[in-house]
Amino acid sequence: MRLVLERRPHVSVRLLVLSPLVAVALTVLCGAVMFAAMGLDPWQALHVYFVMPVSDAWGLQEVAVKATPLILIAVGLALCYQSNNWNIGAEGQFLMGAIAGGWIAIATHGVPNGPWLLPAMLLGGALGGAFLALIPAVLKTRFGANEILTSLMLVYVAEYLLDWLVRGPWRDPGGFNMPQTVTFEPEATIPLLFGDGRLNLGTPIAIVVVIVAAILVARTLKGFEIRLVGEAPRAARFAGFNDRKLTITVFLVSGALAGLAGVIEAAGTIRQLQPAISPGYGFTAIIVAFLGRLNPVGCLVAGVFLAITFIGGENAQITLRLPLDVTRVIQGMLLFFVLACDSLVAYRVRLVSREAVA
Amino acid sequence: MTIAEAILLTVITAATPLLLAAIGELVVERSGVLNLGVEGMMIMGAATGIAVAILTGSSALGVLGAIAAGMALAALFAVMTLGLAVNQVASGLALTIFGLGLSGVVGARFVGVQREGIGKIDIPVLSDIPFLGRVLFEQDPFVYLSVLLVGGVWWFLNRTKAGLVLRACGENHTSAHALGYPVLRIRLVAILFGGACAGLAGAYLSLVYTPFWTSGMTAGRGWIALAIVVFASWLPWRAALGAYLFGGLTILQLHAQGFGVPVPSQLLAALPYLLTIVVLVLIMRVRQGSTAGPASLGVPFVPDR
Repeated sequence: MRLVLERRPHVSVRLLVLSPLVAVALTVLCGAVMFAAMGLDPWQALHVYFVMPVSDAWGLQEVAVKATPLILIAVGLALCYQSNNWNIGAEGQFLMGAIAGGWIAIATHGVPNGPWLLPAMLLGGALGGAFLALIPAVLKTRFGANEILTSLMLVYVAEYLLDWLVRGPWRDPGGFNMPQTVTFEPEATIPLLFGDGRLNLGTPIAIVVVIVAAILVARTLKGFEIRLVGEAPRAARFAGFNDRKLTITVFLVSGALAGLAGVIEAAGTIRQLQPAISPGYGFTAIIVAFLGRLNPVGCLVAGVFLAITFIGGENAQITLRLPLDVTRVIQGMLLFFVLACDSLVAYRVRLVSREAVA
Repeated sequence: MTIAEAILLTVITAATPLLLAAIGELVVERSGVLNLGVEGMMIMGAATGIAVAILTGSSALGVLGAIAAGMALAALFAVMTLGLAVNQVASGLALTIFGLGLSGVVGARFVGVQREGIGKIDIPVLSDIPFLGRVLFEQDPFVYLSVLLVGGVWWFLNRTKAGLVLRACGENHTSAHALGYPVLRIRLVAILFGGACAGLAGAYLSLVYTPFWTSGMTAGRGWIALAIVVFASWLPWRAALGAYLFGGLTILQLHAQGFGVPVPSQLLAALPYLLTIVVLVLIMRVRQGSTAGPASLGVPFVPDR
């Protein structure tokens, strides 16, 4: 007797909807087992992780603040992954966006400036991220260099660049030698939505991006091209689509969105540059993209869920003295379960006797 | 010890973990599987290695623990990619994220615990050869093992039938299956071997290179090992060459600072990553854009009965 995979004749819509939910349920279950193994009360730990973040207004605001960059980045990554372009350097593109946008804020610090400043910063951030994403795209299309490795290597480069800037040339002279830039001026910060909390205009921007992307993917030729190149590259070539140009396009778009997320985080949430402005948004967004089935609206829902795990992890660090890495374990498990469940949507596992196989 | 000797020694110690991880991944990729989770398996090896070594007081058990941890993560990857035919790129990324997190949880109790690193083995007579003797024949066991592994893998791939079958699986899994070879079982063994090598590389980091645990201590070495496999065109001896080249680049940073070169330390730290990109581009130019990689690399295989 052995297990074999068998392709399902048709993929049922019910399974498609169910699969991410099952993945989340399995992750929560495994999380409970892990907490129990660490000597904690699993119910209490699960409560801290998944319920506390959404049980008061402040927590909900924080979830939205954390979900914003995740959603923005994931929408871009979904376009890449759909067309078989493996951009895994969104973390670096996020940092480049923060650097480029932050540079405008720092350069105009203390000089009179007008309402053009904030749009310029957002544009600068998007351009910064797009620039860093362009490098692996060009290296892939021109030289055939593996984009997975090149885009990832650039994450380290961007991290060191930011580190150098905030410790060196951009360090706040009045900051007691702390590795951080000046606090951005009010004109250079993204307005808050409510008086208290940190929720800012970045979140509505992310929602608009989701809507625009959803329409583009579902209703335009470009969206069709992206899906076709990923699913049937030969057919796409016969149809006259240029896959090199498409690679450049999706990398530029996903880099720009990651960069936009970076400048929103810097100018909206943190309001200055520091060495650690990201708790790994660029990598977590990969999980968001897959949990959201590479669909913009799906990314929105998935982004909120993964934002909860970030806040839950911070809560658990304070109340349960758990290391922050537990969050990463949960996120990694989630990606495993999402992928496994998606595979079981396409395939059926069947037990067959050895004779039947041979 | 002369400066040249010291530099050579540090190059060898920096290159060894890269070589161990790369030679394992090379076998995996030759069998047609792309496991991007090297970084995750490596850091789990590092964390488990030092945890076991501290708890039991035995470095040997620590090394075995590291190998077991690497293989356990590799087995998880195998279940996903072979058992469920999941996209290998995405599974590898999941493995890396998961491994980085889990290593932090495992290692949390051991942060800052110092222990004595694994010592060097002095090969008599040979180590008395002037200059090269001390550099080449007075090394820790991992260095010897890495060279043996390269030779062993070369011999296996090119001189044995099993190696030929493994390569056949990587070049065309449908044909290999049609000839009656158990493609998935062969790939499983290759993936486990890759995991063991990555775990070993991790053990080298936490038990020899810097004999204590810090979170994220692999610092992208798993990814550089993947780049080395591409650089090496999937050939074992070239992987060794690549590892020593990259090892040299990594330690450039230490020595440049030692000589007082007026360059920001961050630029030097970023150099290995930048040079990895340059090397990847150059090697593709040399090959005129044609990939010499195994033809079935990264393509999931579901045997139809």
